[in-house]
Amino acid sequence: MSDLTLTAPIPTVRRPSAALGRLRQFGLALIVPALLLLGWHLAVKAGMSRLIPSPYAVAEYMVDFAWGGIWDDAFSATLHQHLLASASRVYGGFILAALVAVPLGIMIGRVPLVRDLLDPFLQLMRPIPVTAWLPLSMILFGLGATSAFFLVFLGAFYPILLNTIFGVRGVEPRLFEAASMLGCRGNAQTFKVVLPAAMPSIFTGLRLGLGLAWFVIVVGEMTGVPQGLGAVIMDGRTLSRTELVICGMIVIGIAGYLSDRVILALMQRALRWSPQHHG
Amino acid sequence: MAEIPILEIKSVSKRFTLQGQVIDALRDANLTVAKGEFICLIGASGCGKSTLLRIVAGFEGVTSGEALMWGKPIEGPAPDRGMVFQDYGLFPWLTVKDNIAFGPKSRGRPAGEVSATVDRFVDMIGLGKFANVWPHQLSGGMKQRVAIARVLANDAEMVLMDEPFGALDAMTRERLQDELLDIWQRTGLTVLFVTHSIEEAIFLADRVVVMEPGPGRIASEVRIELPRPRDVSSPEFNDVRRMLGARLHSHHAPKAA
Ligand SMILES: Nc1ncnc2c1ncn2[C@@H]1O[C@H](COP(=O)(O)OP(=O)(O)OP(=O)(O)O)[C@@H](O)[C@H]1O
Ligand SMILES: [Mg+2]
Repeated sequence: MSDLTLTAPIPTVRRPSAALGRLRQFGLALIVPALLLLGWHLAVKAGMSRLIPSPYAVAEYMVDFAWGGIWDDAFSATLHQHLLASASRVYGGFILAALVAVPLGIMIGRVPLVRDLLDPFLQLMRPIPVTAWLPLSMILFGLGATSAFFLVFLGAFYPILLNTIFGVRGVEPRLFEAASMLGCRGNAQTFKVVLPAAMPSIFTGLRLGLGLAWFVIVVGEMTGVPQGLGAVIMDGRTLSRTELVICGMIVIGIAGYLSDRVILALMQRALRWSPQHHG
Repeated sequence: MAEIPILEIKSVSKRFTLQGQVIDALRDANLTVAKGEFICLIGASGCGKSTLLRIVAGFEGVTSGEALMWGKPIEGPAPDRGMVFQDYGLFPWLTVKDNIAFGPKSRGRPAGEVSATVDRFVDMIGLGKFANVWPHQLSGGMKQRVAIARVLANDAEMVLMDEPFGALDAMTRERLQDELLDIWQRTGLTVLFVTHSIEEAIFLADRVVVMEPGPGRIASEVRIELPRPRDVSSPEFNDVRRMLGARLHSHHAPKAA
C-alpha cells in the first residue's frame, strides 16, 4: 500500500538562497497547475463531460462554501466547521499516534526484550491498509468521530514508529562510548543521546505521519460523521454535487500542504545542528 | 618506591572472534604507567594499539590478564579516563559549549560551576568566538580541540588519544601538539597517545611503546631523554628517529623465508 512506500526516509529539499532563484522556482512550480486548469477549462467548454463543472463554477462554489451569499444551501459558509472538524481529528489522531509511537519506537529500538515481543506482531499488522480497518473500526467504535479518529491514528502510527526505530537503531556507537566515558550511562543515555540523535528520523516519521493523517481523513469520515471534509466529499458524491466534491478535495490539499509546511519549519528549526537540515 | 602506578597492564590478552576466525588482537601485553607520564603507542596497522586503548577506556573487557587503574580493575568507562577519538565523537546536536558541559552536567555538577568550567575551557582552546556553534560548522582541528576540552573539563586524570591528529593537516597538527604538551605540562595529566608518526611520538612522549602485529603485542619500550621543548631538526632528535625507525622496520621485516 502507499504507506509502505512512503515510510522510507525522504531527503529534505535544499532551498537556493538567492531571491531570484526562489522566484524562478515559484514560477516553474505554477506552470503545471496552470496548464491543468486550462486543460480542464477547455475540456469542459468543448463539452467533453457534462458531469464535471468548469473551474469557474468550482471557484464560485468555493466562495459560497467559505463565505456563503451565493447559493445559500446547506453547505454555504460551512467550510470552517468542516475544516475544524477534520483538522481536530487529524491533529488529535496524529498527536496521539506520535505520543504512542515515539516512546514505543525508542523502546523497540533500545530494549531487545521489547523488540522481540512487539516487532513481529507489528510487522504482521503493518501490511494491512488503513482502509481495510474501516468495517472493524465501525464495529468497535460505532458510526462517528471516534472511528475517524482511530483510523487517522492508525495511518499516522506506522510511519512514526518505523522511522523512530530506524533512527534509534542508527545512532552511531561512538556517541554511546563518548557519553559513557563522560559519565552518562544507562537510562540517562536514552534522553541525552538516543533521543536527540534519532530526532532527524523521528521528524521524517512525523512528517510522513501527518501527511498520511490527511490522506486517511476522507476514509475516516466516511463512517457517517455529520461534519468534516471527508463527509462533505461523501455528501457531494451522494447528492451528485461534483463541485462540492472538488471543493472538498482542494481544501484537503491546501490544509495538508500548509500543515506539512508548518512541520517542516519546526523540523528545520529543531534540527539546525544537522548539516542535512539547516535551511 | 612502592607507589601504586596510575595504570598497570598485566599480561593482558584480547581475542576477537570475527566470522569464525580467531584474532589475537593483543597477546600478553605488559605496561606500567606512572602518573603524569606521556606515553606514545606506535606500530603497524592491526597490532592492537586501539584495542589496548579501548581496554584502558573500559570499552572492551580483557580475555585474560588484568588492567588496573590505581591498583583497581578497570570496569567499564568512567570520567577519570577520557577518550579523544580520531573521528572526534562530538555530539552533533550540541554546541561547542554544550559539548564541553556534557560531562560535568551528567555528573550532576551545579549549574554555576558547570558554566564557569565551560568558560574556562572554551577560552583555553581559543574557541571563544565559536562557543555557540555546532560541530558541523567547525574545522577538523577545532573539533579535536573541543574533544580534548570535553575530557579535560570532566576532570579526566588520564587522557586516551587514538590518532587524534591523524586527520589534520601538518600545520594544524603541529599547533595542536604544542597545545597538548602545554596543557600536559600545566596539569600533570597522564596521556596515552596512539600515533602512526615516529616523529610525533618522539616529539611528544616520555616513553614510546613499540607494538607488533600478528598477534598484537608490545615489542619494546624506548625512553625519550631529549630535553623539552624538543627540536625536530636537531641531530639528537634525528638519532632517536633513526633508532626508532630501525626498530619499527626490524619488527616489520618479513619473517625469514
Ligand atoms: N570489535 C572487534 N571485533 C573483531 N576484531 C576486532 C575488533 N576490534 C579490533 N579487532 C581486530 O583486532 C586487531 C587489532 O585491531 P586494532 O584496531 O587494535 O589495531 P590498531 O593497532 O589500532 O590498527 P590501526 O593502526 O590500523 O588503527 C585487528 O586485526 C582487528 O581486526
Ligand atoms: Mg587503531
